[in-house]
Amino acid sequence: MSDQSGAGHSVPPGATATAQDTGPPAPGEPRGRLTGSAIIQAVAEGHSAVITILAVFVALVIGGLLIVASDPVVLRAWDSFGYAPGAAFSATWTSVSSAYSALFEGSIFSPGTISAAFHGGSIAAIFYPLSLTAFEATPLILTGLSVAVAFRAGMFNIGAAGQWIGGALVATWLGYAVHLPIAAHAVVCVIGAFAGGAVIGWIVGEVKARTGAHEVILTIMLNYVMYNLLSFLLSSQSAMQAPGQTNQVAPAIAASAMLPHVGGPPPQAGVGFLIALAAAAALAWLLSRSTVGFQFRTVGASPSAARSAGIRVERVWVLAFLIAGGLAGLSAATIVQGQTQPLTFNSYGTYGFDGITVALLGRARPFGVVIAGLLFGALNGGGTLMEAATGVPADVVDVIKGLIVLLVAAPPLIRLLFRLRRSGGAGPQAVAAKGWSG
Amino acid sequence: MKLELRGITKSFGGLVANDHIDLVVQPGEIRALLGENGAGKTTLMNVLYGLVQPDEGEVLLDDEPVAIHSPRDAIRARIGMVHQHFMLVPVFTVAENVTLGSERVRGLATPAMNLGGLRIPPLGLPSFGLLDRRQARRDVLELSERFGLRIDPDALVEDLPVGVQQRVEIIKALLRDASVLVLDEPTAVLTPGETQDLFRIMRDLRDGGRSIIFISHKLKEVQAIADTITVIRRGKVVGDRPPATSDAELAALMVGRSVQLRVSKEPAVPADVVLDVQDLNVEGERGEHSVRGLTFQVRAGEILGVAGVQGNGQTELCEALMGLRPSTGSVHLDGADLSHASTRTRLRAGIGYVPEDRSEDGLVGEFSVADNLILDVFDRPPYASGIALNLAAIRESATRRVQEYDVRTTSVLTPAGTLSGGNQQKVVVAREMGRDVKLLLVSQPTRGLDVGSIEFVHKRLVAQRDAGAAVLIVSSELDEIYALADRIAVMYEGRIVAFCPPTISEQELGLLMAGGGAAGSADASPEDGSQTPAQEPEQS
Repeated sequence: MSDQSGAGHSVPPGATATAQDTGPPAPGEPRGRLTGSAIIQAVAEGHSAVITILAVFVALVIGGLLIVASDPVVLRAWDSFGYAPGAAFSATWTSVSSAYSALFEGSIFSPGTISAAFHGGSIAAIFYPLSLTAFEATPLILTGLSVAVAFRAGMFNIGAAGQWIGGALVATWLGYAVHLPIAAHAVVCVIGAFAGGAVIGWIVGEVKARTGAHEVILTIMLNYVMYNLLSFLLSSQSAMQAPGQTNQVAPAIAASAMLPHVGGPPPQAGVGFLIALAAAAALAWLLSRSTVGFQFRTVGASPSAARSAGIRVERVWVLAFLIAGGLAGLSAATIVQGQTQPLTFNSYGTYGFDGITVALLGRARPFGVVIAGLLFGALNGGGTLMEAATGVPADVVDVIKGLIVLLVAAPPLIRLLFRLRRSGGAGPQAVAAKGWSG
Repeated sequence: MKLELRGITKSFGGLVANDHIDLVVQPGEIRALLGENGAGKTTLMNVLYGLVQPDEGEVLLDDEPVAIHSPRDAIRARIGMVHQHFMLVPVFTVAENVTLGSERVRGLATPAMNLGGLRIPPLGLPSFGLLDRRQARRDVLELSERFGLRIDPDALVEDLPVGVQQRVEIIKALLRDASVLVLDEPTAVLTPGETQDLFRIMRDLRDGGRSIIFISHKLKEVQAIADTITVIRRGKVVGDRPPATSDAELAALMVGRSVQLRVSKEPAVPADVVLDVQDLNVEGERGEHSVRGLTFQVRAGEILGVAGVQGNGQTELCEALMGLRPSTGSVHLDGADLSHASTRTRLRAGIGYVPEDRSEDGLVGEFSVADNLILDVFDRPPYASGIALNLAAIRESATRRVQEYDVRTTSVLTPAGTLSGGNQQKVVVAREMGRDVKLLLVSQPTRGLDVGSIEFVHKRLVAQRDAGAAVLIVSSELDEIYALADRIAVMYEGRIVAFCPPTISEQELGLLMAGGGAAGSADASPEDGSQTPAQEPEQS
């Protein structure tokens, strides 16, 4: 990134809009290295990564205010601010810091576990919070990738929830109705989940390509179809309802279809997390190093230029939605095959919609989606412990997640808060260059 | 009114668009601002019109400094502007358009501040009241008569030719009592005849005491109309010249070096027919018949120039030839039937395509130069093996072609959108000429390019012809048609109304482009134009 901003700053005074013309071509110039001054410059100019980090910071600060507001001890201390101002501040500090350290201990690392390990405790317990974070992050990374791939091809996938259900139905059915040897069964279920999600995604892409219908409308409506299809299938003994049940619950899948866990029983990260990482790596390769991804990106950036270059835009839509659906289906596989509860009418939870926020936060880059997914996984995982340990409602975590996305979606707000200069990156320059022409 | 710009400086990021520009325009003067694209002409005028705030400098009217922070301030200061792209509502009548923003109302009007003739509604709410249409009509008629603009106030704007739409814009400015009128590249969309009309109107306005600033990068027009020519290069005024100054001197001032204004080329040696188009019919955006029964051929080693005023079916013709728009009729390339082929097949069959709208269709602005150089060959060796992109080969080839085509960029990884228009076009041209092409289909090859880039692109096009490619050029610039074409096809209302040799006079060509020859040949589209002599335009 710094090579771009460098271009903007190396222009001698007195140069004009055509200043790019004067620069000698310097092909193969090394891309910006992460030197100290580059980092400072990045901070000063408000690059997107910096904005994201600052957004997380601001969200945590606002979350801290909520924690304070939800703690009766602190509120009482502030009532008597006039008599004991120090007590009010220390109560505030105690409340916020204990809540956030519980959040941290629950999601990343708890110092207590180390000393426990020295005294004969479990070594695995040291890694339990990280494992929990990875477990929570797994489905979010996959639905995030689902939204991201559609986004890179210029489309909004609001339908990860419906595609998730498509994958979950297939994985569940393969899990209880088919009998296979232990490893093969799990693999078949995962592939089936991908296919199940991909079919739902493909329907969206195909209808859009053939009729020009907007994918946002299609996915939202298809979500309702899938919610009710799931509910219907789970309410009928002749369909997928577990025998002898009156609730909307599917039969438990066979043990042979479960994804192995690394540390211990769920909620512990297992093979599902590895699937998510592998999917992210595969998608990263596909987008940046393959002709398929080149077409996705071209269609995403400019459908008209793609058409003129002979790219079949409609086919790209279909393929992108097929892959998006498949990734959402994989997300379902990690849940259905990764935890012991059977599929119920509301198993899809908010994975599909959290995928949108994760993809946004990760700027639709596979690596970014993994980081964003882990962040949200940590907030989800740690939030539970925070509530248990300090009584701060876990809803605060949802507020923090929402604020992060809100702030990331509105970079000017962060720039204003931290008085950052506008980034010298491609975007504004391109706009300005257009403005001068003529 | 005397207008003075004093020390105007404006920079965007690190780039200085205007560098201490001084300009004095006397009342009753037509002042031309001549400069390449990106020289800072438009920025300067945007400063004057309040669309851009200068970093330094001031605007003086009759020696009084005025603060212009928005177009509203500019209008109040009696500065009028006719933009390159018209700001008209197509479904409104002329009278409605002209009064837009300064609606005259009667009865029931909400209380509103009255600022210099502009009604500013309170609280930012839209003003409410009964439109006084009759008064609006009377105003238009009166102004139209006074300046010989010949405009029907009741016509819908969308039904009017561009030249007349432009006059509506001028009336709009006059109605707001503009005494300084800025015309930003007003002739880009006009026929030669319409341009002459515009010049007549400009002279009338000048003789009535108004000052006119005429922005252009066309030497001939500037010489024809201006009282003084101010040349701007790289954000600085490089000199004022009388209109009698020679082309060569003005071009050299604009570019900063001497320029070859017309590429030298040998006579064409046409060989076999490469592109054979028979009875092509294409529908436009709204289902209208944009191209009607077009039949023509282009031979290897010749340049066929399609002349015509914009919007006479040229865009649709190119898109149909590329398979981007459905059409009936047949298209053969080197004998192979491409009538129903996809864009991809056509590109692979050996058509190179430089689209009219470079930034929209020719390039992906946020992609790097290297990626843009493989936009339509990304899946062929050596750039790809299987579905894997070969990044090293892409980089290497980009580096080579950036040098070969003299694309001025800091790196092949620079986003193409940040390059100047000329360099963007060089990227497109480098891509389309970088592979074996039998037919080069080039639409508006130098639109918006500066003199230096035009010279470069023209040379390359002629080189392709000499290398044996068939070249089809669509251009609304007469100079370009004359400079390049071995044969000229004139398009009017979706038909080729005449094929003529490049020796045809500008006047005759202009008449043909305006439909002057259409009456005779509209129904009898030429069977094979390649040998058809110039048709005598009939009087319309």
